[in-house]
Amino acid sequence: MDDLYREVIIEHFKNPGYKGVLDPHDISFEDENPLCGDHLRIDLRVDENNKIKEAAFSGHGCAISQASADLLLESIIGKSIDEVKKLTKNDVLELLGIELGPVRLKCALLSLKILKAGVYGLGEANDDLVEEE
Amino acid sequence: MSNDMHSEVSFDSIREDFPILKREVHPGIRLTYLDSAASSQKPVQVIEAMDHYYRNTNANIHRGVHVLAEEATFAYELARGKVAKFIGAEKAKEVIFTRNTTESINLLAYTLGRSYFKQGDLLILTEMEHHSNLVPWQMLAQEKNLRLEFIKVTDNGTLDLDSYENLLKQNPRLVSLTHMSNVLGTINPVQEIICKAKESGALTVVDAAQSIPHIPVNVMNLGADFVAFSAHKMLGPLGIGVLWGREELLDKLPPFLGGGDMIKKVYLRSFTANDLPHKFEAGTPAVAEAIGFGAAIDYLSGIGMERIAAHEQLLIKYAIERLQVIDGLSILGPDASQRGGVVSFTLEGVHPHDVAQILDNDGIAVRAGHHCAMPLHDRYNIPASTRASFYLYNSLMDIDILVKSLQKVTKIFG
Repeated sequence: MDDLYREVIIEHFKNPGYKGVLDPHDISFEDENPLCGDHLRIDLRVDENNKIKEAAFSGHGCAISQASADLLLESIIGKSIDEVKKLTKNDVLELLGIELGPVRLKCALLSLKILKAGVYGLGEANDDLVEEE
Repeated sequence: MSNDMHSEVSFDSIREDFPILKREVHPGIRLTYLDSAASSQKPVQVIEAMDHYYRNTNANIHRGVHVLAEEATFAYELARGKVAKFIGAEKAKEVIFTRNTTESINLLAYTLGRSYFKQGDLLILTEMEHHSNLVPWQMLAQEKNLRLEFIKVTDNGTLDLDSYENLLKQNPRLVSLTHMSNVLGTINPVQEIICKAKESGALTVVDAAQSIPHIPVNVMNLGADFVAFSAHKMLGPLGIGVLWGREELLDKLPPFLGGGDMIKKVYLRSFTANDLPHKFEAGTPAVAEAIGFGAAIDYLSGIGMERIAAHEQLLIKYAIERLQVIDGLSILGPDASQRGGVVSFTLEGVHPHDVAQILDNDGIAVRAGHHCAMPLHDRYNIPASTRASFYLYNSLMDIDILVKSLQKVTKIFG
């Protein structure tokens, strides 16, 4: 089957473990991919040690962007805010396990961009957040 | 063998003229190009005409008395004449070369804004416009404090003419609309709409970017004051388009861009504008592109626009028939009989980007997204759609390939 649609991606797209909204939440951020109109919101709850206790995403988008959001949130449970701040493009690509062209890369990285803008408490998401150091 | 099939056989040989269609886009997988509404492919005749120009004739035009300059000027103006004849214009000087449809409409918005509109004037557009026939008017409306109103689109993807009648009562100063929707494929009753606009004293503009490449269009029969279209959607090169307008109206408009060629005389503090069409063609134009455009028109005329339209009608009928039976697939827009060779659709539970990506693996080029018509997608409450569009080089087999690949998509996501 098609590499881009590996079972793991389809599985996370169809049956996401972290889809929903957290209300109340400690951190929430939402943004769009202007290229395709995909919209994503990420909510987080953190414990007293500043570690991610719960995470959820909502919105609509393609399989790549939805699956990457689900995989990303799964991977940050129990991590500290500082660790989340250090996540890079490569971490997301490793989770997905696929190679992506420039257009689909934006889909894959939308969740990381929103997550980082949220934990940094920024007013707006910026592409610089997902560039490698 | 029916007449339809006879004509289909001759369309098979047309594909031989398009080198890119022989290309493999992935190892062992031939290109199936279903994105002509975005840009068409080019026949070898167009490629060679431009190549020949650069090898033999290349020079700046309308100045210089050497052989190359004279030949280049002649070839450029010959292309203008071909365009005029192709669209049924009375005079070649009514054909203004621009960069594309978008620039043609911006030219109009800019020059009408400086000479025609007054604060509070009403402009009527439709809900199905491409951004190119929307944003220039929004920019002008903001600057000059004009009002924009929109002819509504029905659930079926046609224009709601009752909503138009109501708007006409408010004395519009301009009606600008697309001849054929780049998303829905709908061919609008522009003649009727223009006729009514004229009765109420409005100027009329037709965005013919999707119609002139695919169906016979005669600007005089259309009755519009201005018509805009692009070469690259009709087998010609990128970077050249047309604004056609009635001479008496073009004469009244102020110039657009200032510079060389658009002037008669220049003094330190003033200038006098050149005659049509040069008044609107400042600077060195796209000469090779005009020549390529002329070759494209020769090619289309050689086959005949009626035959091309009939071929595409056969394709769209077949496509809609085959697509309809795919599980979860919804087609946007009207019956095949009311549209050109464009079909946009959504597939339940699958994002258009994922559809397009899987189709691409089978060598199929379609467009996914909002197709530069975001308000229209809002109208149908969908973020995006997938669009397949056809041209003379497409075959029934291309549609079979599309359907087979779409079935693969529903299997992956099913």
